[in-house]
Amino acid sequence: MQLIECPWCGPREEVEFHYGGEAHVSYPPDPSTLSDEQWARYVFFRANPKGRFHERWSHSAGCRRWFNAVRDTATYRFHGVYRPDEQKPVIP
Amino acid sequence: MTRLPGRGRVDHDTTWRFTFDGRELTGHPGDTLASALLAHGVHRTGSSVNLGRPRGIGAAWAEDPGGLVQVEEPFPEPMLLATTIELHDGLVARGLSGRGRLADVPDSARYDRMHAHADVLVVGAGPAGLTAALTAARAGARVVLVDEQSEAGGDLLGTADRIAGAPALDWVSAAVAELRSYPDVRHLQRTTAFGHYDDGFVLALERRTGHLGLAAPRHVSRQRVWRIRAREVVVATGAHERPVVFCDNDRPGIMLASGARTFLHRYGVRAGCDAVVFTTGDSAYASAVDLADAGTRVHAVLDARAEAPAYWRAECERRGIPVRTGHVVTGTEGTEGTGRVSAVSTATLRDGVLGEAARIECDLLLVSGGWNPAVHLFSQAGGRLRFDNGLGAFVPSGELPGVTVAGTAAGVFDLAGCLSRDPADAGPAPTPPLVLWRVPGEQGRQFVDVARDATVADIARALGAGMRSVEHVKRYTTIGTAHDQGKTSGVVASGIIAELLGTPVRELGTTTFRPPYTPVAFAALAGRSRGALFDPERTTALHDWHVARGAVFEDVGQWKRPRYYPRPGEDMDAAVLRESRAARRGVGILDGSTLGKIDVQGPDAAVLLDRIYTNLMSSLRPGMVRYGVICGVDGMVLDDGTVLRVAEDRFLVYTTTGGAATVLDWMEEWLQTEWPELRVHLTSVTEQWATFPVVGPRSRDVIAALAPQVDCSAGAFPFMAWRDTTVDGVPVRIARVSFSGELAYEVNVNAWYAPAVWERLLDAGRPHDITPYGTETMHVLRAEKGYPIIGQDTDGTVAPYDLGMAWAVSRKKSDFVGKRSFARVENRNPLRKQLVGLLPLDRATVLPEGSQIIGTDTLPEPPVPMLGHVTSSYRSAELGRPFALALVRAGRDRIGQTLHVPVGGDLVAVEVTGSVLVDPEGARRDG
Repeated sequence: MQLIECPWCGPREEVEFHYGGEAHVSYPPDPSTLSDEQWARYVFFRANPKGRFHERWSHSAGCRRWFNAVRDTATYRFHGVYRPDEQKPVIP
Repeated sequence: MTRLPGRGRVDHDTTWRFTFDGRELTGHPGDTLASALLAHGVHRTGSSVNLGRPRGIGAAWAEDPGGLVQVEEPFPEPMLLATTIELHDGLVARGLSGRGRLADVPDSARYDRMHAHADVLVVGAGPAGLTAALTAARAGARVVLVDEQSEAGGDLLGTADRIAGAPALDWVSAAVAELRSYPDVRHLQRTTAFGHYDDGFVLALERRTGHLGLAAPRHVSRQRVWRIRAREVVVATGAHERPVVFCDNDRPGIMLASGARTFLHRYGVRAGCDAVVFTTGDSAYASAVDLADAGTRVHAVLDARAEAPAYWRAECERRGIPVRTGHVVTGTEGTEGTGRVSAVSTATLRDGVLGEAARIECDLLLVSGGWNPAVHLFSQAGGRLRFDNGLGAFVPSGELPGVTVAGTAAGVFDLAGCLSRDPADAGPAPTPPLVLWRVPGEQGRQFVDVARDATVADIARALGAGMRSVEHVKRYTTIGTAHDQGKTSGVVASGIIAELLGTPVRELGTTTFRPPYTPVAFAALAGRSRGALFDPERTTALHDWHVARGAVFEDVGQWKRPRYYPRPGEDMDAAVLRESRAARRGVGILDGSTLGKIDVQGPDAAVLLDRIYTNLMSSLRPGMVRYGVICGVDGMVLDDGTVLRVAEDRFLVYTTTGGAATVLDWMEEWLQTEWPELRVHLTSVTEQWATFPVVGPRSRDVIAALAPQVDCSAGAFPFMAWRDTTVDGVPVRIARVSFSGELAYEVNVNAWYAPAVWERLLDAGRPHDITPYGTETMHVLRAEKGYPIIGQDTDGTVAPYDLGMAWAVSRKKSDFVGKRSFARVENRNPLRKQLVGLLPLDRATVLPEGSQIIGTDTLPEPPVPMLGHVTSSYRSAELGRPFALALVRAGRDRIGQTLHVPVGGDLVAVEVTGSVLVDPEGARRDG
């Protein structure tokens, strides 16, 4: 069980968090102008890389706030966390 | 008796009685069951699981693969090691023949869990662990020190080693005393760190009262699991001696050399009278010498190496112990009955070839094939291992952040090295060991894992079947899968696999170490989380009333809800028919307090709800209520419920009982991640509001009597309106909503006043014979009206159109969550499953929920075309017959058709109807 750094609360137990899938998939500004396929890409399609991945997490059993994280899907290690209104961090 | 008076760390002045295999025996405080058995010359504990071969005590602690017992008293527990059971007065145990027996009565002992945070966690209170703990404590660190034995000292407990000219255990006592003087040091003995996870997270099992036997205090938990989070973890877990494999190496009386030395020094027990020692390294000489000094006749030390260490050769010669270099054990003989070793066959071994043979009689064979550092906790956390050719063992390789391996576990085998001190006390200079996995011989009689009856022949068979990985061979042969998880057999198996394949063992590697290090009872893992505490139980403010009224409860999520209130002699069917008749003809009352409630506040509250609900909420006027549906982005129904507008900037959202958390999370997610600009705050108020639907044609009379100041006429208090009032000074909110199709009022009140207001309602309803009803009647009433239960009549693939709820989907709003998906071609497919009613034509069958629906009146050959399934099914007092709701392919086009439902072996003919079976015109809504 990892310690996950909540950007508001600091390091907390993994069980306090919920996973929220890929980050930076924003709701289309005007869904009615999209083709079925374009809409399906928003609804169903997500990246699944091996390695660094920008993803959403929620501190669901803590402050209940959402944040973004950069995590390596092969090692599970977190390489950084940032608030939803912050830019993607540059991680060496 | 082989007990040596005055020797060891047991209390010779106190005698305890215990029973083993029906024999009454004695022991002393400080004994383990194993040491007490050996003191009586009992080596054999049982028989092996598959072959029924005699098995006995093979080591002095948790690495023992052989000495399995079943404890019967004080409480039945299977598959325990005699070596790790601390003896207590009155213990009753018996040897195991493969399988244990679980208790058939509940374990009434307490189990618990503890949390600890530390700068440094030290695992192991041997010389290296104590040194690490002292160093950290002196530097002011917050330290947790855990050790699996009953007292600190580690391997020093089983030796005659000296530190700085004094007995090593004096140094241990001083170290423990010093640690006790630091307020930030927590030192736990009888505590096994069994799992090492990410970021310094370690689970440890503390055994608190088991060793007290019948004297264990009831109020103290028997065991507890420590959840320790440490910045630095020091793994000072020592090493396990390993055997060499030879023919018939599985008899009682064959023991690891260090085990016999521990039984001698710690418990004052000689494990035998006539011993042979077979070794590939230096350490077993100490066992031979110490046992000889204690009176055991050591007939030979067989050293597989060409040269014996000069120091130890001299020590043996002084005692008349013959040392035979280049010799190995090739086989054993056993005694009738116990199977205990009675003689060994020996031979010379040169360049892999056996030579001149001999036979030596003995009752104890000590074996040492080298030492495996106990790297389990390092490896569990992801640490890599490498095979050290000099040591002939796998040792930690490379760095693991936050983890340090110290002492023997790191491959440091001299005491000075473990103490991090000048080697002034050093014993003789060590000479290199020989790596010898097995002696040439008949593979089928050479046991690699005695706990699993797995032999070299089994490994050869696995390799013959094409397996090359140690992981595959482990699973094929089951080597290393017993209670000991291969502590002594795993690396030996790797060595033999490598040898048979002709590849170096360093390339082959070893199997992955996984938690738990030693077996952990499920009861300990569960702790207090069992029975009623397994999952929180939620009860409403009226729970005691329901209990007193004799309600039969059902679980709805975590809630305990009254299902029905049987009168004497009534079963559920009878009670529900009575309750639903009352609600349709007179008046009924339900405790609906479990409904989820969310207080939505802020200037943009209406904007948020317009985006979340499929219908328009911003046009709702304060004082009014609207039913709404929430969909996912895929357009499928997520939840439904009513929305009550309190003010321009405030709504009270009702969700389903099971959907409360989902809807709150759903709204929060959109608010925080997509629309942070919206000024809205969400708060769960499920627990704060109690909600009582008062249902039926007489409900207006009841409400009028409860709150005479409220004008309850249909014109003044219309459907889907709400009014605030007071009852005896208590604020009460009454809403005209209906989940039954009847005239109905939902009475909402602060949960603190719920019992009082409920009683007022019952008083007001008494003239009308107001009838409390439960969830079963609620379901019947709503199903008769075709109102779906989200999650019962839907399953995440059902859109509002499929439920016949196009009316709840706004055409005015430019967008809301899910809208775009409604326009997908598939969502418009007329062949989608739709919610309809079913009436069994026999007017008798209650269709089982989940039943499949087919189109033919005989069952065709498979594959049978399935048209859908029954989602809700009840007996209806109002209809005078059973009915059902179902999702049926193109269901609305089938209204009037006859379909068939397999029930048991029969096909039941059903008429497809609209989903609203009672009062389809909605005439009853206003009473």
